[in-house]
Amino acid sequence: MAINLSLPSPEIRERRLSAILSYNGTASDLLDKSKRGEIKCLGRLYGQCSDCQEGCATSMASYVRGGAVVAHSPIGCFAGDAIRDNAGKAVSAVRGLGDFNNRTICTNILEKDTVYGGAEKLRKAIFEINKRQNPSVIFVTTSCASGIIGDDVESVCEECADELDKPVVPISCEGFKSKVWSTGFDAAFHGILKYIVKPPKKRQEDLVNIFNFEGADTFTPLLGKLNLRTNYMVPLATKEQLETLSEAACSAQICETLATYIAHGLEQEYGVVEVKAPAPYGLNWTDEWLREIARITNRTELVENVIKSEHERVEGELGKLKEKLSGKTIYIIAGDAYTHNLANAVGDLGLKIAGVSALHHDQRSDSDEVNTLQDLVNSAGEIDNFTVCNKQPYQLIKLIKKVNPDFLIIRHQGLTELGYKLGIPTIFEGDANYSVGYDGVIRLGNRLWEAYITRKFIQNVAEHTTLPYTDWWLNEQDDPFYYEKGSKKE
Amino acid sequence: MSTLIEKPRFSCALAAQQTVLAIPGGIPVIHAGPGCASKAAGFAAFQSGLQGEGYAGRTHISCTNAGEKEVVFGGEKNLEQVIDGALKVLKGDLYVALSGCTAGIIGDDTAQVASGFARNGRPVVGVDTAGFKGNNYIGHELVVNAIIDQYVGNVTPSVKKGLINLWSVVPYQDPFWRGDIEELKSLLEKLGLKVNTFFGYESEGVSEWKDIPNAEYNLIVSPWVGLDIVRHLEKKYKTPFIHYKSLPMGAKATSRFLRTIGKETGVDPSLVERVIAKEEKRYYEYFISFSDFVAEQRNVLPYELYVASDAEYAVGLTDYLVNELGFLPYGIYVNDDPSGDKAELVKEAFAQTLKEYEDKLFFQADGGLITTDIEKRLGKSKKALICGSYWERCIAKDTNSFFLHLSLPISSEIITSSTYVGYNGGLRLIEKIYSYAFNRGNLSSRTHVE
Repeated sequence: MAINLSLPSPEIRERRLSAILSYNGTASDLLDKSKRGEIKCLGRLYGQCSDCQEGCATSMASYVRGGAVVAHSPIGCFAGDAIRDNAGKAVSAVRGLGDFNNRTICTNILEKDTVYGGAEKLRKAIFEINKRQNPSVIFVTTSCASGIIGDDVESVCEECADELDKPVVPISCEGFKSKVWSTGFDAAFHGILKYIVKPPKKRQEDLVNIFNFEGADTFTPLLGKLNLRTNYMVPLATKEQLETLSEAACSAQICETLATYIAHGLEQEYGVVEVKAPAPYGLNWTDEWLREIARITNRTELVENVIKSEHERVEGELGKLKEKLSGKTIYIIAGDAYTHNLANAVGDLGLKIAGVSALHHDQRSDSDEVNTLQDLVNSAGEIDNFTVCNKQPYQLIKLIKKVNPDFLIIRHQGLTELGYKLGIPTIFEGDANYSVGYDGVIRLGNRLWEAYITRKFIQNVAEHTTLPYTDWWLNEQDDPFYYEKGSKKE
Repeated sequence: MSTLIEKPRFSCALAAQQTVLAIPGGIPVIHAGPGCASKAAGFAAFQSGLQGEGYAGRTHISCTNAGEKEVVFGGEKNLEQVIDGALKVLKGDLYVALSGCTAGIIGDDTAQVASGFARNGRPVVGVDTAGFKGNNYIGHELVVNAIIDQYVGNVTPSVKKGLINLWSVVPYQDPFWRGDIEELKSLLEKLGLKVNTFFGYESEGVSEWKDIPNAEYNLIVSPWVGLDIVRHLEKKYKTPFIHYKSLPMGAKATSRFLRTIGKETGVDPSLVERVIAKEEKRYYEYFISFSDFVAEQRNVLPYELYVASDAEYAVGLTDYLVNELGFLPYGIYVNDDPSGDKAELVKEAFAQTLKEYEDKLFFQADGGLITTDIEKRLGKSKKALICGSYWERCIAKDTNSFFLHLSLPISSEIITSSTYVGYNGGLRLIEKIYSYAFNRGNLSSRTHVE
C-alpha cells in the first residue's frame, strides 16, 4: 500500500491497517480473519485508560540528538518530560555517545488560548526554543486541545522554517484522532520522511537502518559478524543521520508494529530495501533475518558460517536453561508484532505458551509482504488463548487467572505490577533490544529464571494485595470480553 | 501566570485523579482522550518518588478514551456507560468522574452525568478538570470542592468539639504527602485534637468526608493551596478556618505551629507547653549529637541554599535550613504558579521568618529559566545545597553540589513513609542533607576535599 507524503499526516491505523483493539480466540483464527480484514474495531461499553499517539510520536522525536521538540499542548501532556531526558541520558551512556540533554518546551495551552487560538503562542515557543537551544531541527507535536480548537500548526511550522532556515516539522498526533497509540509512530515517521530525509548522494552498501527505541546496543555485535554497520534510528540519531536514511542498504526493525511505515516509505521513495523477514527474536528468526540481510547486502558467502558458529556458541548455555524452564508455561503481553517476537523466542527455552494478549493488532501491514503473525504460526504452530486487548487490566486479570501461567512477560509500562499482584514470576521487557539475537534468547531465559528464584518477594506482594475488582467481575462473570460492543451485553 | 514551560514540575488539572486515589476507596473515572489518565499517573504517581499505582490507579483507571466520535457528537452517553461499568467492575466507596480537554472544549457536562447516578443513591461525583483550566494544584481544589458539594452535600452540621479537618499538602504532587499528613495528624493529636485527614493510609475514607460539616475548625496548612476549599466550607457549613501558611519543619517551626494551633483552637496552654517541652528535649538531644560532625567538617559543608519547589515546601524548608541550620538563601524558586493575590500570600508566609531574604524569592514555573538562573548564581561554588526535582539534580550532578530531592519530578529516589515535617522531619533532613557529604567522594576531616 502506497504511502502518501503529500498528506499532512498519515491515515490512522484503524483505516490504513484495519487495526483492532479487541479479539478473543486463537492465533490461526486471528490470522485467517485478518487476511480477510473482517474484524471490526468496535470499542467497549466499559474500559480502562489506554494511551495516546502523542506519547509514541514524542518517543521518536524527543531523542533526536541536537533536535528539539515543541509540545503544543496543555501542560499535562508534557508533564512526563523528565522521564525522556533521563532515558536519553541512559541510552546515550550505554551506547557510548556521551552526554544527552532533552530540548523541549510546552506552549502550556490555557483556557484563553482555547478561545482565541494558540497559533501565536506556538510561534513564540518555536522561536524561544530556538533561542535557548539552537537546535538543528524542531519538531512540533500537537494535542487534543490544539486539534479541537483548530490551530493551523502546519502553516505556522512552514513559516517558522523559512524564517529560521531550519526544518520545523509538524507531527499531527492529536490523542483523540486514533484509538491506536502506535499511530503516533507513523505520525513522527511521516514528518521525518516528508521534511528531513533527503535523496541519497551515494549508497552506503554496508549500512543497515535499525528502527528501535532507547535500547541497549545489541545489534552491532550481530550485524558486525557480517561486516555491516548498525544505523540506530530514531532515538539518538542526528539530523544528518536522518537526512541520509535514504543511503542505507536496507531497513530493519525491532518490531513491525513500530516502523513498517518508514521502512516501507524509504523503500518506496528511495529504494532502501525493507527487510521482510521477521525481527531477530528466537534462533530461527535470527537465522532468517541474517540470511535476508546477507542476501540484500551480497554477503551470502559469510552468513551460513556465522549462523553455524553462533548456534554452537550458545548451545551449551541454552541447554542448561532448557533444563530449568522446559515445560513451564508463560503468558505474553506486548505490542502487536512484539508478542510474536517474544512468543517465538520463548519456544527456544522450552516454554509453553499459556496465552498471548497483544495490545492491538494490525490486520495488514504497510508492506503486503510482511505478516509476522503468519510467521509465528508457521514457527510455533497454533496458540490458544490468543487475544487482543489494549491494556484493560480488568480483562487481563481474568484471562491470566484462567490459565494460571508459571511466568508472565510484559512489554508495556505500568502493567508488570499486575503480575506481581497476582503472585506470578513476571519480567518487564523494558529494553526492546535486549532479547535480540542468539544472546538475547539466553538473556531472556536468565531473566525469567531470576524472577523465579526471587519469587518470595512477588508472593509477599500478592499475599498482601487487595485487588480493586468486585466479586461479580472476578468470580461470577465468565466472559472477560463482556463489555465488548457487539457482544451479548448490547 | 506562566506562559511557556520547559522542564515541567506540575501536571494539569486532570492529574487531580491522584487526589481521588489518595482517598481510601476512591475511584477516579476519566472522561478524556486515551492518554490523559495514563500520563497523569506516569507523572504524579511514578515520578513522585515511585509511589506506585495504588489501589485502583494507573492502568486500572476507568476511562472513556474519547475519540473523534465523542469530539464530534458529544461524549456524555459514553461517560454514563463507563461510570455504570466502573460501579459494577470496581470495588470502591466513592467514584469521581473527572473530564479533560476534549470534554471541556466540546462542553460535555460531567457533573450533570454524575448527578444522574447520585440521584439513584450511588456515590458518584463529576467535575470538569480540563487540562487547560490550570495545574493539578488547582485541580485538587476543584475535586475536593466537587466532592463536598455533590457527595457531602447540604447537611446541617453537628459540631464536635476538638474535631479538626486538615487540609494541607496535595497528594502525590507532594511526593512526601503520606508521611507529611501522618506527621501533621500526630502533632495535632498530641494537643488532644481529633483530626480528619481525608487522604492516606490512616484516613478512614468516606466516613471522614461525611464528617466534614461537623468539624469545629478547618485547618489549612499551606500558603495558598486549599484556601478555596476552606473558604467554601466556611460559606457552606459556617465552619471557621485557621490559615497556617507554612509547613512546620524542625523544632522552632513545629513548636510555633503547636502554640498557634493550640491558641486558635482553645487548647489548654499548659498542655501545649508540656508537649513542646517534651518534644524539644528529645529533639535537641539528637540535634546536638550531630553537631560534632559539623564542627569538624564545617569547611566542606554547604551553606548556599537553592530551593525549587512548590510554595509550601519552599517556605517551610527554607525557614528550617536558614533559621536552625544556618544556611543562606541564594535562590528560592516557587514553581506551583500561584496567581496574583495568592502569590502575595506566599510572600507573606516567607516574610514571617525570612524577611531579610525577600530578594531571593522568585516565582517561576518555567523550569528552563530556573535552571539558567541557578547555574548563573552558582558559578563555580562548591558550597551549594540544591533542593528540588530531577531537573535540579542534573545541575547538582554536573557541579558536584549537595542535593536533596524535594519536589516533582522525582524518579530516582524511593519514597515511602518519609517526611520532613515536624520534629522528626527536621532530624530526617539532617540525616539526608549531611550524609550527602559522603556521596561526593572520600570525606576525611584531615584532607580538604571539595
